[in-house]
Amino acid sequence: MKKIWIAALICGLISSGAFAQSKVTDDIVKIGILTDMSGLYSDVGGEGAVIAAKMAVEDAGGKVLGKPIEVISSDHQNKADIAANKAREWFDTQKVDMIAELLNSAVGLAVQEVGKQKKRIIMNSGAAASRLTGADCSPYGVHWTYDTYALSNGTGKAMVKQGGDTWYFLTADYAFGKNLEKDTTAVVKANGGKVLGSVLHPLSSADFSGYLLQAQASKAKVIGLANAGGDTINSVKQANEFGITKGGQQLAGLLVFDTDIDSIGLPIAQGMYLTTGFYWDLNDDSRKWAKRFGERHKGKMPTMVQAGVYSQVSHYLKAIAAAGTDDADTVMKKMREMPINDFFAKNGVLREDGRMVHDMYLAQVKKPSESKGRWDNLKIIQTIPGEQAFRSLKDSECPLVKK
Amino acid sequence: MQAILSQVMIGLVNGSFYAILSLGLAVIFGMLNIINFSHGALYTMGAFAAWMGLNYFGINYWAALILAPLVVGLFGMLIEKTMLRWLYKLDHLYGLLLTFGLALIIEGLFRNFYGASGLPYAGPEVFSGAFNLGFMILPKYRAWVIFASLSVCFATWFVIERTRLGAYLRAGTENPQLTQAFGINVPRMVTLTYGFGVALAGFAGVLAAPIYQVSPLMGSNIIIVVFAVVVIGGMGSILGSILTGLGLGVIEGLTKVVWPEASAIVVFLIMAIVLVTRPAGLFGREN
Repeated sequence: MKKIWIAALICGLISSGAFAQSKVTDDIVKIGILTDMSGLYSDVGGEGAVIAAKMAVEDAGGKVLGKPIEVISSDHQNKADIAANKAREWFDTQKVDMIAELLNSAVGLAVQEVGKQKKRIIMNSGAAASRLTGADCSPYGVHWTYDTYALSNGTGKAMVKQGGDTWYFLTADYAFGKNLEKDTTAVVKANGGKVLGSVLHPLSSADFSGYLLQAQASKAKVIGLANAGGDTINSVKQANEFGITKGGQQLAGLLVFDTDIDSIGLPIAQGMYLTTGFYWDLNDDSRKWAKRFGERHKGKMPTMVQAGVYSQVSHYLKAIAAAGTDDADTVMKKMREMPINDFFAKNGVLREDGRMVHDMYLAQVKKPSESKGRWDNLKIIQTIPGEQAFRSLKDSECPLVKK
Repeated sequence: MQAILSQVMIGLVNGSFYAILSLGLAVIFGMLNIINFSHGALYTMGAFAAWMGLNYFGINYWAALILAPLVVGLFGMLIEKTMLRWLYKLDHLYGLLLTFGLALIIEGLFRNFYGASGLPYAGPEVFSGAFNLGFMILPKYRAWVIFASLSVCFATWFVIERTRLGAYLRAGTENPQLTQAFGINVPRMVTLTYGFGVALAGFAGVLAAPIYQVSPLMGSNIIIVVFAVVVIGGMGSILGSILTGLGLGVIEGLTKVVWPEASAIVVFLIMAIVLVTRPAGLFGREN
């Protein structure tokens, strides 16, 4: 009789969740940073993203709910299959609880799918495709820093308003480029502009002159660069070489990172408009964090992707502490409930489609005479409030959004 | 028409790089029987040498055009003397693996110190403008690239095919023992040949620096295409690699008009066709 009572008590405890609460699986919270460590995006994410994640862990005291936090990292080499396999391995055998960063949209989409199957949290900072929170959204997928919708919305609208009403696209031939071109085309058309054509180029090309000549021949007022990293750098440089900007056509870098501008140099990049989710020189908080980051990363200033990794990892850890468990469903629920307030975002909100809504910034590259030093590259023209920057829920294609 | 003409010009510029790089590979393969996989990394090294020269020592572009290939050439000779030398008697595969490993190390070191975004390198002032050819704007610097690389390619071809030194080289390739018996120092010639082959890569690197970013990835982006060029032209054929390099640059350029997405694979498609129909390459000899 006594045994039955004890058994009943145990069953009761389990079902009430008394045991499930305040519990960390495997006695460790393990965060995997899956990023491009060696390829064309490695300055944007890469080692810097790992440093940012470690800083977030340190600032959380290195422990959550009394259990240690560990950060591991791997190079996905910009290949979606390698990334997806690594993610499976991490979840199945390495006790990884959450994967962050995921620069490159092909990688981001593939890994988010793995997270969906395995019911583990995927926090994207580097990948851009708005599909991540659109048609391909996931109950465990979070998209933090920016997306193609916000980029095209910011830069596209600004360019059309200034008279750049005919466009030609140079588009990187994969998920990200196509998504960015599609989103920008919608913005250009919605604001009364016209798209005259586009050309797809392979990822990681060296020579863009062939494509640029086609853009030049199109006579479009704006050449939209729907590419990123080294591809954008080479496009901008070679457009200058072929006298495209002098000929009256304007370049719109749809995704430009601080490291890209640093690499192109202000004399060539000056005057270019871009949209960014973060800039190190926004305010005292951002400067303070950027300085700490720079001390650990050879004096480099953080890109928005790296800053986003810090912000997302620390939000994840705060949510675990508040939820009292690292159970994916509970943590996701908690992350949605808690507003995001740090140097990266003010009153950021994580929506049901996985989009973290925060202010974006329309910026212009400074003239060499305006810059005070190596990383002093941008002036902020306009703060775009989060609700306007990102796609609204009522236009969402995400099946998780209840309408 | 206008589009096609301008793409042919652009193709010639890219083809110039293919030509000069594949020429170096062909020279090395012809003499040493080594498939030099570190060629791309040494091209990168040439570009970095130019950048470092300018930023650390104030060496200008013209001096770099001579000094950087020298530095790369000396580095190559060091590799040949200390490492490659031991592999000649072994299968090709060993040389390939060693040079591949070297390429990874060299590129990794540059990436570690300078990041992957690349560094800007300004070309000489003289070439800062552009020619208006009527059908297109051709930056002066690109015109110089075509001229410089064609001159170097022609000079190399001339030395190897038409001079006494070249005759020694060719003899050393055909029959090293016999050539040595005639009192020619074949091992030293091999070292110098390797040094010269990689110096060509360094030269191409300096030429490329003002056009592309000086980046650790620049070599691995181009080297695979260059290998395809060598295979198409015929392993070890000097003239073959020059002509094939230029020709494929043009074909690639034209593909960018017709079907841009395919521009990255058209070279490999041609390679497949050539391998099936003429396994020794367009200019190669069956043996």
